[in-house]
Amino acid sequence: MSEETSEIKLTVNGDLITKIVNVRQHLVDFLRLELGLTGSHLGCEHGICGACSVWVDGLVVRGCLMLAVQADGGDVTTIEGLTETGEIADLQKNFVDRNALQCGFCTPGMLMTLAELLRKSELSSREEIREHISGNYCRCTGYHAIVDAVETTISDRLGDS
Amino acid sequence: MLLNEYGEDGQILAGGQSLMPTLNMRLSNPQLLIDINHLHELNSITLDDNIVRIGALARHSELALSPIIDMYLPLIADAIPHVAHIAVRNRGTFGGSVALADPAAELPACVLALGGTVVLQSVKGIRKVKADDYFLGLYETERKPNELLIEVQIPVQDLTGLWAFVELSQRKGDYAIAGLAFIGTSEKQFIKTAKLVYFGSEIKPTLAKKTMAILINTRWDDNTRKLIAETLGRDLDPMTNLQGSAKMKLHLQKVLTNRAIDLALKREKPSR
Ligand SMILES: Cc1cc2nc3c(=O)[nH]c(=O)nc-3n(C[C@H](O)[C@H](O)[C@H](O)COP(=O)(O)OP(=O)(O)OC[C@H]3O[C@@H](n4cnc5c(N)ncnc54)[C@H](O)[C@@H]3O)c2cc1C
Ligand code: FES
Ligand code: FES
Repeated sequence: MSEETSEIKLTVNGDLITKIVNVRQHLVDFLRLELGLTGSHLGCEHGICGACSVWVDGLVVRGCLMLAVQADGGDVTTIEGLTETGEIADLQKNFVDRNALQCGFCTPGMLMTLAELLRKSELSSREEIREHISGNYCRCTGYHAIVDAVETTISDRLGDS
Repeated sequence: MLLNEYGEDGQILAGGQSLMPTLNMRLSNPQLLIDINHLHELNSITLDDNIVRIGALARHSELALSPIIDMYLPLIADAIPHVAHIAVRNRGTFGGSVALADPAAELPACVLALGGTVVLQSVKGIRKVKADDYFLGLYETERKPNELLIEVQIPVQDLTGLWAFVELSQRKGDYAIAGLAFIGTSEKQFIKTAKLVYFGSEIKPTLAKKTMAILINTRWDDNTRKLIAETLGRDLDPMTNLQGSAKMKLHLQKVLTNRAIDLALKREKPSR
């Protein structure tokens, strides 16, 4: 049979990391348990809820549906790294101002997903915003406040530029 | 090749958007996972002599952004937004969807409606299977366990013709409860030819041959609508499942058929 562990080299939030991982470990277990990056949450572990959303090579993906070994050679960004860059500081502030989170469980995944929409830097209708987060569940807010926060962020950004 | 050695105990891992959930839930336990994500030659979308060649590893989001798909396969361009959500589309692959043949999946229905050909490779060589002979049953296809799906070849759409893609799902991005892909031709709102492929309700993407026969050389009027509603039940055999009863799904497919043909006829190019 094939081996149970494998060495991987990858970039996580800008740092180059080399680790030996269990080949069946998924990416979010690796980030949480091996690297202590607990911002990425695990809800359903089968692709439905979006709490585990992270970026791999600049695109938002389900962290629970990718094996850590598949990230070998890749560039992973989590909510910790994205927050540090300040790229979505305005969105985060608007989330707080508009009460777009209650328990906060869905929030890191929401923000990782929304950051991809904001990168397009174009006007999105409320319907487009809802469509973009259709794969992210929130059990608390009813989504309305989240859409408000995104709408404000987009219009402020377009107004400033 | 590993696939040959391990047969059904080896599983190909493409986008993982269908396979990984079953592994996480311990619903499947292959002895060996064969990750094909490094086969970069399999992720291109090219136009070659009026055939669009979609590599097995082309991601759903790459199809969404592809000018070739947008220009030459508008049916698929219309279907992609219905396939899951952004994060799933960023990983899930065209080949994975056609290999899995989920009965509620959009892309297998498009491949059948567009007369595509599935290209399979094993240690013995390459063989090509027409979509008509490829989808056999519930998650059952002509692909053997030792074969890798490498590409799907689809003739460019008749751009003077009609098309429509419609579906109903509980929420945007969910698997379809009912849906269909329509391809046809018309002249002055008179339907000349029609191809209807249903998904979601059936065990596999299904051609509605009796209903298609009625649509040949007809005017799309109340009488035709009525005839179609009567005939569709003889073409389809909907499954009752968590998404709804067979009766409800047949009803939805009738409603969607009307919507699809209405939408398609709006696309008729003015004749010269
Ligand atoms: C929340 C969620 C919602 C979804 N909604 C939809 C939806 O609305 N519509 C839809 O169509 N899909 C949906 N999907 C599934 C998604 O589109 C999958 O990406 C797709 O069905 C399978 O592609 P994959 O590349 O992820 O395949 P994998 O999960 O990697 O593989 C699926 C199966 O196909 C086999 N396989 C994969 N590639 C090949 C190949 N090249 N040759 C031979 N065998 C191969 C694998 O061994 C496995 O058995 C959803 C998924 C999730 C998680
Ligand atoms: S934990 Fe990954 S989608 Fe729910
Ligand atoms: S804030 Fe609680 S799940 Fe979204």
